[in-house]
Amino acid sequence: MEFKSKDFTDAKRVLKIRGLTVGLAGRPKADPVLRGIDLDIRAGETHCLVGESGSGKSVTSLTAMGLLPKDALEIQGGSIDLEGIEITQAKPAQMRALRARRIAMIFQEPMTALNPVLRVGEQIEEVLNMHSDLSRAEAKARTIDMMEQVHLPDVERIYAAFPHQLSGGQRQRIMIAMALILDPDLLIADEPTTALDVTTQLQILKLISEMQERHGTAVLFITHDMGVVAEIADTVSVMQKGRIVESAPIRQLLTAPKEDYTRKLLQAVPNLDPRAPRAPAEARDVITVDGLEMTYGGGGFFRASQGVRAAQEVNFTIQPGRTLGIVGESGSGKSTVARAIMRLIDPTAGKVTVAGTEIAQLSRRQLQPHRKHFQIVFQDPYRSLNPRWTVARSLCEGPINFGTSRADAMEHAAELMELVDLPRDALDRYPHQFSGGQRQRIAIARAVAMKPDLLVADEAVSALDVSVQAQVLDLLDDVQEKFGIAMLFITHDLRVAAQICDEVLVMQKGVVVEHGLAGEVLAAPRHDYTRNLIEAAPGRHWDFANFRALDRTPPVTGATL
Amino acid sequence: MTQIPSSRHSAFQVVTGLFSVPKAMRIGVGPTIAAVILVAIVLAAVLAPYYVPYNPLEMNAMARLKPPSDDFLLGTDPYGRDIFSRVVTGGRVSLLIGVGAAVVSVAVGLLIGLVAGYFRLADSIIMRIMDSLMAIPAILLAIALVALNGPSVTSVIIAITVPEVPRVVRLVRSVVLTAREEPYVEAAIALGSSMPKVLLQHLMPNTFAPLIVQGTYICASAILIEAILSFLGAGVSTEIPTWGNIMAEGRSYFQIKPGLIFWPGLMLSLCILAINLLGDTARDILDPRMKKREV
Repeated sequence: MEFKSKDFTDAKRVLKIRGLTVGLAGRPKADPVLRGIDLDIRAGETHCLVGESGSGKSVTSLTAMGLLPKDALEIQGGSIDLEGIEITQAKPAQMRALRARRIAMIFQEPMTALNPVLRVGEQIEEVLNMHSDLSRAEAKARTIDMMEQVHLPDVERIYAAFPHQLSGGQRQRIMIAMALILDPDLLIADEPTTALDVTTQLQILKLISEMQERHGTAVLFITHDMGVVAEIADTVSVMQKGRIVESAPIRQLLTAPKEDYTRKLLQAVPNLDPRAPRAPAEARDVITVDGLEMTYGGGGFFRASQGVRAAQEVNFTIQPGRTLGIVGESGSGKSTVARAIMRLIDPTAGKVTVAGTEIAQLSRRQLQPHRKHFQIVFQDPYRSLNPRWTVARSLCEGPINFGTSRADAMEHAAELMELVDLPRDALDRYPHQFSGGQRQRIAIARAVAMKPDLLVADEAVSALDVSVQAQVLDLLDDVQEKFGIAMLFITHDLRVAAQICDEVLVMQKGVVVEHGLAGEVLAAPRHDYTRNLIEAAPGRHWDFANFRALDRTPPVTGATL
Repeated sequence: MTQIPSSRHSAFQVVTGLFSVPKAMRIGVGPTIAAVILVAIVLAAVLAPYYVPYNPLEMNAMARLKPPSDDFLLGTDPYGRDIFSRVVTGGRVSLLIGVGAAVVSVAVGLLIGLVAGYFRLADSIIMRIMDSLMAIPAILLAIALVALNGPSVTSVIIAITVPEVPRVVRLVRSVVLTAREEPYVEAAIALGSSMPKVLLQHLMPNTFAPLIVQGTYICASAILIEAILSFLGAGVSTEIPTWGNIMAEGRSYFQIKPGLIFWPGLMLSLCILAINLLGDTARDILDPRMKKREV
């Protein structure tokens, strides 16, 4: 794999951070949030700051922008030197002048960073009006030029559009245009592509590096995604618990990491090399989905409308102990399929047979006794457990519904806690006392408590840090092996799909475009869309866990974006 | 992996915990004073029969319109009844109506709101009915009920409750509509929990916090409406002293005896102010947005 390898030793130093310590406001004795950060970024360099959630990446960037929440955090020591200006001592007025002109920032969620009631063109222009003396006409011309530079189509129309009328990728382009219009020396990008689909992500990453080349901007890029790092970084700093544990050029970091933590972090990154499919079981299929279709809306009262066809003609079967993955971008209909199978929504057509019973057409009441055969684990571990209930009560809810006595259910709950590697005495605690990964384990335990034949995992590891993600995937694997559960795994992440799925089904705009063994689909995709997806996966040629390039790179030919 | 923080404190809780501020200080001076005033008024009203110096209904032709003295703390009214005894006793009915209307409105509204929020079909029907109920003015309804059934506490409570229920229904319905999208509710459905179980055990607790706040506002407004109704003569029977009744009777002697209106008016204003202040405080503490900011 090609890494960036430009030498920056002669380039001008844009940002120099030394011994930066940030702590809770008014509490000098409490544990600091940042403990002595050192960081250098030179003109034209892309420096990636990686780390898991809570490691202090975002606090570092907010400190550099002078945007620390006043009542909560304060700088307790160290210096931030932006081309000779000491930011830690700067007054608010000085800081305002610096922002936009010398230092600019883009955020993860462009929808919330843009003002919903102003036209996007005006929002870009406002930056010029505040920080320059350009006349109205000049400002508009400059804005239009900048919007063209970030490759927005039909610029005149988009200039007059409101944020909600644009796609996520277009909104992020607007943010980039806004950030770069005054030609700042430093651009801070805080997870700018995390909320985007992989193909859009690739385009935005390309755009950032193109703009960087054109303007010679230094970029501080914050991300948790090692794949993105491998694609764009010149140099990398790895953060853990408010410290920078390792800082090195990209190739050196990925091939020969010095610190244990960096190794651990890299080893947790699943690679795109698909697992060997497990032998098909002799037993009959756990689930058969036949012509499943889901149309939202439509058939209006006054005039018949087409409705949105969220899923159509979905067919598959899963055998005990095997995993089928549904992959696709947002809006592809993958979650619709999961929810229709769980009968959280009622499919408009088709058959779903679970454990020998046709469930798609049953009424809610008729369905009740069959619910125990299929269970679901959701994406967001913070919302999938009732915050008012103890873990024990959550774990017992299902079994009690199906006639288990409270005492038996409690006993079983204790066993389940051990199964998911949590202490028994945690049963009396409430969800907020657990971390995200632990909550996801509890959610899995709750599903397994029903002894289901089918487990649907709807983006079940997408909200977790990579190291936690690896543990939860291992747990799912364990559970599956122990109980021979069939699993339907919904994900947008091809790496995760490669690690856990025997078979993969690729969906695009509600239609299944490809279906086959994971090895075949990921190694030799037949459909253009699948190829695009694989092509867009950042860092796909690198085997992070083994610190080397992948031997077997999926042969991708003829794919265009 | 297996270590679990015993409990997570927000920065705010940690900071306040450090200095061990007394609880009263933590909710602010205003609400503390409001709580003290309200408790005093409630105790004074509830315990009135045990300490008032005179029977509030007993007339005394010898002691008409007396100024405040050692015998009559706040003086007497045109029938020689002790104003102090009447004002504190009058609080009993006023508070009873306030609390009664709040409890009935919240209970009925909660029940209807849960159904409206959970069942799509029922929703559109219920909400149209609620819209029409909201159009009925409490005072006209009260006058009609009193005309039909004669003056009574029940009539007044019904009259106040009818237009309040739709507001509660809307509130409960909106909470249920948001909460039912939560994954934990969907998980409960997937676990085979029956509809009443999902509704009562998972969804209903989400409505408690906003209902407590709404309840205090209803209580305050009910006390005020009761006073207005009594003042207009459409409320509780004039024989029973309530703040509104006392003021209504005092109207004609207002110029020679301002205390007839001043004292019950003061009690009424203080009471409503205190309840509203406490409602605001409850809202600030219970509002999920405030909570999020703390965490």
